[in-house]
Amino acid sequence: MTEILAYAGARYNYWVYIALMLVGFYTMIAHRNLLKKVIGMNVFQTAIILFFLSTSAKLGGTLPIVPSQVTKDGVAAAGLMNPLPHALMLTAIVVMVATLGVALALLVRIFRRYRTFDEDVILDRL
Amino acid sequence: MAGDTVAAWSPALALVPAGVAAALIRLSSRAPALRETWSLLASGLQAAVVLSMIPGAAAGVVLETILVELAPGVPLVLRADALGCVFAALSSGLWVLTTVYSIGYVRGLHEHAQTRYFFCFALSLFAAVGVAFAGNLLTFFLFYEILTVSTYPLVIHKETPAAVQAGRMYLAYTLTAGVALLGAVAWTQALAGTVEFRPGGILGPLPSGTLWPLLGLLVLGVGVKAALMPLHSWLPVAMIAPTPVSALLHAVAVVKAGVFGVVRIVGYVVGPDLLASAGAWSAVAWLAAGTILAGSLLALAQDNLKRLLAFSTVSQLSYVVLGVALGTPSGAVGGIQHIVNHGVMKITLFFCAGAIYVATGKERVSQLAGIGRRMPVTMGAFAVAALGLAGVPPAAGFLSKWYLIRGALEGGQWPFVLVLLASALLNLAYFVPIIVSAFFRPPDEAGEGIAEAPATLVVPLALTAAASVLLGVAPDLPVAFFSLASRAAGEILGGVVR
Amino acid sequence: MLSDHLPPFLAVVPLLGALLAPLLGAVRPRLVHPLAVAAGAATAGLSLLALREVLARGVIRYHLGGWAPPWGIELVLDPLSAFTAVAVSGVGALALLYAGPAAAGREGREAPFFGLALLLLAGLMGMIVAGDLFNLFVFLEVASIAGYALVATGGGRALVAAFRYLILGTVGASLYLLGVGHLYLMTGSLNMADLAQRVPELASPRVLAVAVGFVVIGLGIKMGLFPLHGWLPDAYTHAPPAVAALIAPITTKAAAYALARILFSVLGGAEGLGRAPLLTVLAWAGGVAIVAGGVMAIRQTDLRRLLAYSSVSQMGYIALGIGLANPAALAGAFLHILNHAMMKGCLFFAAGAAAARLGGPALTDLRGMHRRMPWTTACVVVAALSMIGVPPAGGFFSKWYLLVGAVQGGQPVLAGVILAGGLLAVVYMFRVLEHACLVPRDEDEHAGSDPALERREAPPGMLVPLLALGVGILAVGIWNAPIVSGVLGFTAR
Repeated sequence: MTEILAYAGARYNYWVYIALMLVGFYTMIAHRNLLKKVIGMNVFQTAIILFFLSTSAKLGGTLPIVPSQVTKDGVAAAGLMNPLPHALMLTAIVVMVATLGVALALLVRIFRRYRTFDEDVILDRL
Repeated sequence: MAGDTVAAWSPALALVPAGVAAALIRLSSRAPALRETWSLLASGLQAAVVLSMIPGAAAGVVLETILVELAPGVPLVLRADALGCVFAALSSGLWVLTTVYSIGYVRGLHEHAQTRYFFCFALSLFAAVGVAFAGNLLTFFLFYEILTVSTYPLVIHKETPAAVQAGRMYLAYTLTAGVALLGAVAWTQALAGTVEFRPGGILGPLPSGTLWPLLGLLVLGVGVKAALMPLHSWLPVAMIAPTPVSALLHAVAVVKAGVFGVVRIVGYVVGPDLLASAGAWSAVAWLAAGTILAGSLLALAQDNLKRLLAFSTVSQLSYVVLGVALGTPSGAVGGIQHIVNHGVMKITLFFCAGAIYVATGKERVSQLAGIGRRMPVTMGAFAVAALGLAGVPPAAGFLSKWYLIRGALEGGQWPFVLVLLASALLNLAYFVPIIVSAFFRPPDEAGEGIAEAPATLVVPLALTAAASVLLGVAPDLPVAFFSLASRAAGEILGGVVR
Repeated sequence: MLSDHLPPFLAVVPLLGALLAPLLGAVRPRLVHPLAVAAGAATAGLSLLALREVLARGVIRYHLGGWAPPWGIELVLDPLSAFTAVAVSGVGALALLYAGPAAAGREGREAPFFGLALLLLAGLMGMIVAGDLFNLFVFLEVASIAGYALVATGGGRALVAAFRYLILGTVGASLYLLGVGHLYLMTGSLNMADLAQRVPELASPRVLAVAVGFVVIGLGIKMGLFPLHGWLPDAYTHAPPAVAALIAPITTKAAAYALARILFSVLGGAEGLGRAPLLTVLAWAGGVAIVAGGVMAIRQTDLRRLLAYSSVSQMGYIALGIGLANPAALAGAFLHILNHAMMKGCLFFAAGAAAARLGGPALTDLRGMHRRMPWTTACVVVAALSMIGVPPAGGFFSKWYLLVGAVQGGQPVLAGVILAGGLLAVVYMFRVLEHACLVPRDEDEHAGSDPALERREAPPGMLVPLLALGVGILAVGIWNAPIVSGVLGFTAR
């Protein structure tokens, strides 16, 4: 029993991201306000990004910034945090922001047309 | 026993006139004379090409064209073997006559949508010859489905709600059958590794748990067009189409394609040996026998002439199935020969029905009293063909019945002899009263002013009536049908046939 | 050499077009449509060239920036991706051509519209040539965002439909990303070829199953696989005709390609996934989609919604083929990608033309179509025959291969489902055809049949792509054997 708890406890980043994801997902589904849905979507995506980032961390690792003269002699990669997920997540964040932008633009037009963000009211007025 | 297979262009060439004509007809929508010319030309050309291949096919030389690959390993093969030539010659020859008849009919009734009519006719014949010459199941399926699609606009030609409803029923039946056939083809491909038509069949020994469902699917697939009971219901309903279309359906293309398919499946896919080992012969034979009797009984109850003829066709088609299912040489010859004989006789009857409709507007048997005095040629032909169907010598129907009975006796299957005799009696029972009332009873209302139908209608029906007698007396004239049928039967059963 | 640089060009050409469109639109708005058509045609031409090159020389791999994999980004063209690229860009180019007159009435807005359309095409092409999983995600999102915006151009109900599409689509992409993340965690690599080597050595099948599950669900949402299709009907129905003609035939196909690519090239297909019954589930999901989509389609009275549910049904065929995972079934699935793109494109083109000429999108508005728009009707008939599966239209052949694959895979029930799907298609396509060809319009009944009466065929800009697709459907059907054996033959992997 304690091994399971230790096992689970050591991987707390997974729990965090699962929790965030579920919060985002719930918000997307359960709330009627369209703006809140968008926020939920954002939280959902952020959870996934955080998950990725969390995997790059290492115990006792340091920032992966290498002064140029060192590269000729090789780099002690084991002591550096993994930079690749960060690079990937930069792209993912950009994608997330772009989607957010489009979503907000859509919301602006929806609001102009229907004067509300409430999903049920909009469905009635369709 | 398969004879030599020679690569040649003729089988594919036979499809060209109809296909080209269809396109030309579509483009000649403003010129009625041009449309009709294309149809006549194409039918003549097609008949010529097909007839040119017959002597070779009767002697055992098979011409074959391999075209594009339909699917890897399965080419589009057109093969003019004996059985294929039987159907192709029948369709092509009758198309010429039907075209002449159609011209008279649509002009006489000022029918609408004539371009679509002739276009679909040409396309249907294209498909019919494709079905006839198909060398494997997939090619067969391809043209079979094209036939379904091309005959649909003809069925709904009148565009009345009843016609549309009939068309829906037609499509529902035929497309469902097509689906079943497709499944069966895929299954056959998986079991046999090939879908070629080979005399004697391509399937090896199969466990009965596989054979019966496969056979069921195959029979269902072709059985709808072949009007096997209980899949026959579409045929009487489709009689709402104009008479030349009914003639096409019954004699020239559709149902003939169906029974042709049955023969192909029994003889060239499943094979007599496999059927014998599973005891499937009698199942098919009894199914056919049931249809023969039930069809005739239902015909007795009909007042609408064309519906009566429809049920008669249902019954007569199963002669073919029965013949092949008897598994004996004479039976097979009789069955295959009946494809031709019934086609010629039935088309005569339909031509007569149409002529009567054009001349008098009457459709019901009860209205035909005294018609014979006014339209002697028409009713004379009717009488000849009707008696021929019943099996009265010397008409062709007698010949095929003779062979069927012989075939039943050869196989020691007495009950079928009784079925055939009973059916003959039933045929007489519903045809003779019509003939008697037409010639010997006085007309009901003012019968004055009813004259013989126009020549374009009367000449074809007289010709087909004459052909029905000719085929009974000299079955290799005008086309060597009998030799072809014998050869085909021989191929299937692997034995020697007179 | 041009051919060495083909992979990036396939994505770059439409991207350049997308960038030029707004610029051109500020100066000469009337040139934007020709620009878009040119870009689309160029992409399609390059795809054909690529296909030829790949068949002649083998797989083309392009390393962006000269960095070798597995660290660099790689773009890969093999027969499968080249084939899909041809299908997507070909139909896409025709849709761009179609969009000219169909987008009429939006003067002053061509630039954004065509810019987005080209961006969509660029994203889809990028998805197809991507050689690593993350790049695929990026292009997937590029295409999707362009898609959301395009749907929204319809205004009114389209806005809500676009919003729903956005939310669900983003969930799908995010799940995909999550799955990719898991794969990266386990293997340290994102490159497809590299992963293919590392995946079999993995010690933990459960994590692999989770990762694959996320990926499949994510791409399933993008693909419109039942029951993840919720965004599809509204989006296809309310999008303007030009947009529907663009997104309906191709966006789901690219996602299906991605799914197939990942399942087979990366994860090793049936052997690699043998431990999880994933492929069986996928096949059955496809089967359910075929039936459910078909049944829903039958009940519709709006043509576009009918076509949308029909698309759900047809994507089921592709999923079924992928799930069966034998060479014949895969050949059928990929051939169906091509066939469905063409048939659905043809039908949506016709729907737009009919709406423009006949007044509306309801089925009852189609009445009298065969009289007024005979060529359009002919194309609809061809497409309908292809959907039903009547030879020699192409749709029959993809169904045939799927059927053979089902029989070979020992799945008689799925074979029956394929056949039943054909019957369902008969019913709903027949309703369309009946309205188009048989039932006269109310005014026609009184006016009598005068053939000179308003034979207002669709404008040439719409008619030409329509005819091209109609002919294409027949051509693909008749010549499907070379396509299958030459291009797809290597699915026997």
